[in-house]
Amino acid sequence: MQTAHQDSTWATASQASRTQQAPINKRLRTGTRWLFIVLCLLPSMILFLVFVLLPVIQAAYYSLYNWNGLGPLDNFQGLKNYASIFQDPVFIGAIIHNLVIVALSLLVQVPLALVLAILVQNVPGKRFFRLVYFLPYVLSEVVTGLIWSFIYDPNIGLISDLTKLFNPSAVPPAFLADTRTVLIAIFIVMIWKYFGFHFVLYVAGLQNIPAELFEAARIDGANSWEVTRDITLPLLGSTIRLSAFLAILGSLQYFDLIYVMTSGGPLFSSDTMATYLYHKGFQNFQLGYGSAVGVTIFIICFVFAIFYQRWVMRRDLAGAAE
Amino acid sequence: MKRRDFLISAAALAAPLALAACGGSNSGGNGKVTVNWWHINGTDPLKSTWQNIANQYMKAHPNVTIKITIIPGAALVFQQKLQTAMEAGTPPDMFQSWGGGNLEDYVKADQIQDITTYLQQSGWGDTFGKGPLSLYVINGRNYGVPWDAGAVGFWYDPDLFSQAGIQQPPATWADLLSSIDKLKAKNITPIALGEGDKWPGAFYWEYLAVRRGGQSAFQNAYSRKGSFADKPFVEAGQYLQQLLALKPFQNGSLGATYASEQQLMGNGKAAMELMGQWGPTNDAASAATPGSNPKLGFFPFPSVPGGLGAATDVLGGGNGFAFSKKASPEALDFARFVTNATNQRGLAKQNALVPPVTTAVDGLVDPEMQKVQKLVANATYYQLYYDQFFSATVGNGLNDQVQTLFAGTKTPAQMAQAFDAVVAANLKQ
Repeated sequence: MQTAHQDSTWATASQASRTQQAPINKRLRTGTRWLFIVLCLLPSMILFLVFVLLPVIQAAYYSLYNWNGLGPLDNFQGLKNYASIFQDPVFIGAIIHNLVIVALSLLVQVPLALVLAILVQNVPGKRFFRLVYFLPYVLSEVVTGLIWSFIYDPNIGLISDLTKLFNPSAVPPAFLADTRTVLIAIFIVMIWKYFGFHFVLYVAGLQNIPAELFEAARIDGANSWEVTRDITLPLLGSTIRLSAFLAILGSLQYFDLIYVMTSGGPLFSSDTMATYLYHKGFQNFQLGYGSAVGVTIFIICFVFAIFYQRWVMRRDLAGAAE
Repeated sequence: MKRRDFLISAAALAAPLALAACGGSNSGGNGKVTVNWWHINGTDPLKSTWQNIANQYMKAHPNVTIKITIIPGAALVFQQKLQTAMEAGTPPDMFQSWGGGNLEDYVKADQIQDITTYLQQSGWGDTFGKGPLSLYVINGRNYGVPWDAGAVGFWYDPDLFSQAGIQQPPATWADLLSSIDKLKAKNITPIALGEGDKWPGAFYWEYLAVRRGGQSAFQNAYSRKGSFADKPFVEAGQYLQQLLALKPFQNGSLGATYASEQQLMGNGKAAMELMGQWGPTNDAASAATPGSNPKLGFFPFPSVPGGLGAATDVLGGGNGFAFSKKASPEALDFARFVTNATNQRGLAKQNALVPPVTTAVDGLVDPEMQKVQKLVANATYYQLYYDQFFSATVGNGLNDQVQTLFAGTKTPAQMAQAFDAVVAANLKQ
């Protein structure tokens, strides 16, 4: 492209070429380009509509009825299902359990992953550690639940055998049978399984920090703690916020391990909103009520996600890092 | 370039949809019939025997193909899968059914074939005992046939009993409690219980309710003239508490599954369990080495003097087949073959079932299973376990409430009230 000025700086050249191309862009924008964009988006839009949006709307519709899944929808309840949900002490307990898992995730799991990621940064054999820490995440939830149910079994399990090894006359603890310890016992399995995912996130985040910054800090005489506090943590900020977001969202919806290990028991002491939905909706064949629970979980998670993205992750999503 | 790529991707998208639409047709055009059979028996001898019977039938009827799908595990798992298939409009032709409230829900939703006429005309209905067949009668019409009709009772390890000095199985409630004391004195776990699954523990409460209240109290409460918070049902909880006070179960029973109960019984780690007629075969399958399981004996639930029920009242249930509305006559004919006297006798010999077919009762050679069969045949009152008698909500509600007694978080009166509230809220529907 021939420009009016023979200025060879990068900015003016590209600016000039942009003005030269403007008339051509205008033509493309209104024509086949838009059609192409729409066609590319269409498959995923259809999938999203059919498998995500439509079921949510359908669930909201079913939640207005009492329905056992067979036959017509003929028992209109209005918003009574929602009222029953919040009057059920089991559901209130389930929400509390979810919040406990959220709190434990943020206080234990995320910091653990962060600390380990930083520690393993420059250690010999760091590839080995990364593999080993990530492995539990790869196991299926059901297999994990079965393995750990066996470990926790108070008669033939690993923990029971270890207890008897040290004290043959002791009665081994039955963590999954005690309403006070069951949630913590399951949470330990959750840490074991999921911290590897957050660990990998942090490892990737750490690799994005330019090595020059660390070198410069070392030259200036900073010790490891100061480096971590003033360079690593601030620059990992967006990763930490993302990791916390995923941890909270995952904790609010958690189902798998709890269903496999205890079915929410004993006496609903390890129930979460999702396992509650399963009991009341599917096992009791009350799909209207279950749909109401599903919509409630959806609203809670949706409100949280919107709030978190607008306030906490605002900087990360605005692409302000330049 | 763009157009070709678009057409290729469109074809790729459409192909799986076309294939999905193809599947699921029942009969080809040339007289070939497929019968889809869903059953719940994932262990032998039933698993292989069902397949052998199907193979025999297919040999004799070359135009019929029997496709078996096994969904092993708890009744709840099977019922949910079945429910999903019914909602999708693709139910199996022939499937496992326990009768009671669950079958009634499907009948009300017009999903089950009415086989009354077929049973009468073919004489098939007369081969069954009246009691077992009646579990599949809804509003006077037949909707299924039984292939097993049993009872819940105590299965015990005679070796462990003799080690504890128990000469003969307990006949009364007081005998049972003292047997437990004797077993504990020898450091033997008296009872194996998978209360984490909730339904094994519910048997105790239901049997005590049968003993204390008999048929009259149940009918009263069910018809809503009385309630499930009436005296006999509270007493059931109180008697259960007497049992719980002895701490007769294995460590961690509140969180244990039925699978771990089977493991304990199959490996001689516990002296007895209260279980249905399927108990011994399941326990045997859990033995560490095949054949090393103890040979279990049977004794009926002990009498509880002073109650309205009799010692000959029975809590139990069976297994049966029901058929979808679209099931072909070939499916019914096949089921008739499955439940004929020869096949019933063969399975009875292996202790896989207690035959409801009256001419096959002589196939029961195991004296323990004969005890079960006599119990059922002579039952003065036969109560189907609550979680099959009632709909899922009420049945699961009872199991949940009984668990509170095992955990000690509710009194018998509170628990009975809570259960009655569940019944009241759900019976109309």
